[in-house]
Amino acid sequence: MVFGVILAGGVGSRMGNVEKPKQYLKVGGKPIIIHTIEKFFVHDEFVKLIVLCPKQWVENTKNLVRKYLGDGADHVVVLEGGATRNETIMNSIYYIEKEYGLDEETLIVTHDSVRPFLTYRIIEENIRYGKEYGAVDTVIAATDTIVESETGDVISSVPDRAKMYQGQTPQTFNAKKLKELYLSLSEKEKDILTDASKIFVIKGEKVHLVQGEVFNIKITYPYDLRVAESLIQDPKNMK
Amino acid sequence: MLNTVFRLVAPRRFEVEFNDIDLHSGQIIVRPTHLSICHADQRYYQGLRPAEILKQKLPMALIHEGVGEIVYDPTGTYHCGDSVIMIPNTPVEKDDVIAENYLRSSKFRASGFDGFMQEHVALQPDRVVPLEPTVDKIIASFTELVSVSVHAIRRFDTIAHARRNIVGIWGDGNLGYITAIFFKAMFPEVKLYIFGVDQEKMSQFSFADDTFSVTEIPTDLMIDHAFECVGGDASQKAINQIIDHIQPEGTISILGVSEYPVPINTRMVLEKGLRIFGSSRSGREDFLKTVALYKERPEIIGYLSNIVGAQIEVRTIADMNLAFETDIHKSIGKTIMIWDK
Repeated sequence: MVFGVILAGGVGSRMGNVEKPKQYLKVGGKPIIIHTIEKFFVHDEFVKLIVLCPKQWVENTKNLVRKYLGDGADHVVVLEGGATRNETIMNSIYYIEKEYGLDEETLIVTHDSVRPFLTYRIIEENIRYGKEYGAVDTVIAATDTIVESETGDVISSVPDRAKMYQGQTPQTFNAKKLKELYLSLSEKEKDILTDASKIFVIKGEKVHLVQGEVFNIKITYPYDLRVAESLIQDPKNMK
Repeated sequence: MLNTVFRLVAPRRFEVEFNDIDLHSGQIIVRPTHLSICHADQRYYQGLRPAEILKQKLPMALIHEGVGEIVYDPTGTYHCGDSVIMIPNTPVEKDDVIAENYLRSSKFRASGFDGFMQEHVALQPDRVVPLEPTVDKIIASFTELVSVSVHAIRRFDTIAHARRNIVGIWGDGNLGYITAIFFKAMFPEVKLYIFGVDQEKMSQFSFADDTFSVTEIPTDLMIDHAFECVGGDASQKAINQIIDHIQPEGTISILGVSEYPVPINTRMVLEKGLRIFGSSRSGREDFLKTVALYKERPEIIGYLSNIVGAQIEVRTIADMNLAFETDIHKSIGKTIMIWDK
């Protein structure tokens, strides 16, 4: 069974003076989170879409899902996120375990709610390689040179750009495996391993790469919001 | 739902844009899998259309020949994953007399609005035709072009008089080849002659009764009816040659597209009492007839496979450019994009 897990736990602190978390801002006349949910909604392999958001936004998110998806809202469950990104993902796994049970075939495709421009192909390849490898990360080749600095003021190394990739989402995991690995971490490890695919890497598990898209941007700053708005502009009718 | 659209914004330049597909509009959503490049697409891609037309139409997603898979169908007509052929003609009204592809109000993909170079295409449920799993999707991808021939042949059947001993097809390109295949399939008892310029190409018309070089047509050779599948600068020569070699009251079906007005020998059109009719595009009925013929006459698929040219996997905009540039340099054949967006 494959589940879509949409992570909307952020509080939007980098977005300037706006009151709402960024995933609830509108782009193209529709909340960003709804755009993202719709991309998963039309994919028939998902048994259920699990949306995780801050506690105070749960009811609002449910309302939005009902408003925009109508009867399709039954396909979506809105839950409260955790304190960290990984805790939020774990909440989705606990929900699946309770409602459906966990087995070797249970796959979760986790995705940032603020990346509404992902494509069908990216989701499809996440599922395909997730079934084959048990862990998938979506990346694009780095275009800027990555510079490492231990201290923040001088370069400690310049890795070969040809081997560098920028991480996007979705990230897809065998849910049972992720739960086992996560629960085996010490509290200190949990603090450091903020990215779920890193848990797999640290534990010696292979994580397969799926090619993302340059336009699969994360709407983080007001600048991104303007970019997103301009990408959606549709000058003609009947597109 | 946000949908990625790859629009031609200027000659040879594709850019990514997005539209928002309304999931509650009753439209079905198809994910294109195999797209076929047509001359009409090339005229936009290379900037060969008049500047004012380019200004008016671009940015626009190209391609009006393609197959895909059903992703979402709120009407319950299809299952997810079903293969379908997409119909580019999009009527907005019904007319009991005029065919959907001739209604001036109808819109056409990659001409009046976005074509199939998209992540998803939203269509009314009657704008797709189911594709039998046994039919190769590469070949099915240019069914639209095939359906144009089928449409013209069906019209021929209603317009042409009953004496149909010999029919000639002018043109040894893709359209001539396809029209010849289907004419022979639909009228096996009629003698079919092909008139072209390239002996190599004409050797592929093995199912025709004879082939002739247009520079060496016997002066006493006469045909009852003709199809013109030439177009472009050679339209004039082809149509006037047909007028010379056609019997009185014959019909001439014109399928070739020309950017310029074509002077023809109207004196002889009058003297012979000829009927000249144009055909363009096709409608749902033509697609259904085409798909039925694929099933009834499986040898057709074999003949069509002869004109499959380059097959290019497309994942990036660079791949799209590669497909169009490759298509420019072909002599005959269809360039197919294996669409993986």
